Amino acid sequence: MIPRLVRAAEPQPLLRAENVTLEYGGRARTVRATEDVSFDVYEGDRFVLLGASGCGKSSLLRAAGGFLAPASGRFTLDGATIGKPGPDRLMVFQEFDQLPPWKTVLQNVMFPLLKARGLPRKEATERARHWIARIGMERFEDAFPHQLSGGMKQRVAIARALAMQSRVLLMDEPFAALDALTRRRMQEELVGLWQEERFTLLFVTHSIEEALLVGSRILLLSPHPGRVRAELNSHQYGFAGIGSPEFRAAERRIAELLFDLPPEAQDSTGGAGRIAL
Amino acid sequence: MSRPVTPPVRAEFVLPPSSRSAARAPAGASLPARRALELPSVRKAALLAVLAALWEAVARWQGNDLLLPGFLQTATAFAQGIASGELLQRVAASLAVLAQGYAVGVGAALLLTAIAVLTRPGRELLETCTAMFNPLPAIALLPLAMLWLGLGNASLVFVIVHAVLWPLALSTYSGFRAVPETLRMAGRNYGLTGLGFVASILLPAALPAILSGLKIAWAFAWRTLIAAELVFGAASGKGGLGWYIFQNRNELYTDKVFAGLATVILIGLAVEHAIFATLEKATVRRWNMQH
Repeated sequence: MIPRLVRAAEPQPLLRAENVTLEYGGRARTVRATEDVSFDVYEGDRFVLLGASGCGKSSLLRAAGGFLAPASGRFTLDGATIGKPGPDRLMVFQEFDQLPPWKTVLQNVMFPLLKARGLPRKEATERARHWIARIGMERFEDAFPHQLSGGMKQRVAIARALAMQSRVLLMDEPFAALDALTRRRMQEELVGLWQEERFTLLFVTHSIEEALLVGSRILLLSPHPGRVRAELNSHQYGFAGIGSPEFRAAERRIAELLFDLPPEAQDSTGGAGRIAL
Repeated sequence: MSRPVTPPVRAEFVLPPSSRSAARAPAGASLPARRALELPSVRKAALLAVLAALWEAVARWQGNDLLLPGFLQTATAFAQGIASGELLQRVAASLAVLAQGYAVGVGAALLLTAIAVLTRPGRELLETCTAMFNPLPAIALLPLAMLWLGLGNASLVFVIVHAVLWPLALSTYSGFRAVPETLRMAGRNYGLTGLGFVASILLPAALPAILSGLKIAWAFAWRTLIAAELVFGAASGKGGLGWYIFQNRNELYTDKVFAGLATVILIGLAVEHAIFATLEKATVRRWNMQH
């Protein structure tokens, strides 16, 4: 660590993306997923990566997780370059099969505590029970994943990640495969958990509404390849304000930025921007 | 002129929230006799009884004990074999050799696939070897095994290992490769690598494929062993089941030959239904992992 003179009042970013360019592909041709993307995530942020498909937001999350090496640039966590996957950056995926089907809810939450943190069994059980209770699933401790609904599975995956108390939680469209009613409840529960625990969250979504509701700060990415379009604050929007004029205006502003629409032009001219997606 | 259809506007209503227990459906009454005939096990038993009766009828009509003993004759020979302890002794001898070969084969298959899934040379080795050896009947290696290892259990174990290793390695490997990407990433997210990753994630996730590989391997091993024992099997004076069949054919005890064959079938069924079915019920079915 290089000692630096930092004023106490000035917080340092926890997770940084520094000019990250990500590429996929074999020898024949490479596809550039993102180009020169930089952003800073601070402790306690609910940082959202928002963009249409093809903007490389999931790739960025995977690179932050250490699953994908950048072609250039780097991710750092607490100043150290991220090289490989680790339990200090736990991921919650969209797919329900992220829970091993051979483990009960309790065993699923205990699994990383035992394997990655090396806790003694008794302590791991206690901690897992605590977090299962926090997501309101104590009655399902001994259920296997196939006996749970999609929303419950995602709850378990979130509890599993929270129980590890990792430095940053990486969520890759965790509610995208849920029905609209369950999705809204899960969004509220996640923000509720954040209000109590103040974990750091990096959250990927393609829904403008979800970004405004879940996020405190939003990075907008334009597609093919993904480039930073804007970084906006969204901590001021809550569930009570859905449908309010301010919320609608924020949604419209983001849509305009994402789809390169001229401001306030929604009808005939908007068509071209949409088709270009 | 047809008018556009307009549904009537109806009054709204809201019901009080219903209690959960009231929503349970009443259990349907069952007719025991009718139900029994629908059970697959009962139907199979009935089919077997019909086949046995047919066999008995053909044997009696043919009337030649040396060529085709009837069902009852075979059953008697079987009962006598059990009672005298001879048949059980032969079965024990066969199963002891089989267990050795099976254990070594399973261990080698798991090791080979673990290496294959972790390293590139391992993968190439496995792919080449299974492509070469899987189509080769294990029994074809028996002459070579006898040349190398002599007329003893070692030769039998050698061919059984060969019968188990390749089919099991093949299905385990394809099971490993079919493990969902998300589950792999979740495992790597916990910092699991190498053999720990294989043991904690891949092995249980591929269990349905591994179990079906174990079943195939068991059937191959059992067949190969009986066939090998027909060639030789009395190295230490007490041979296995295959040798029992071969000996009795030489002495024209055809009913005992049939009893021996029936034992081969019965053991195959017992292992399939007792061991593998129980294993499946305790694991992949409990976890709803069948594909």
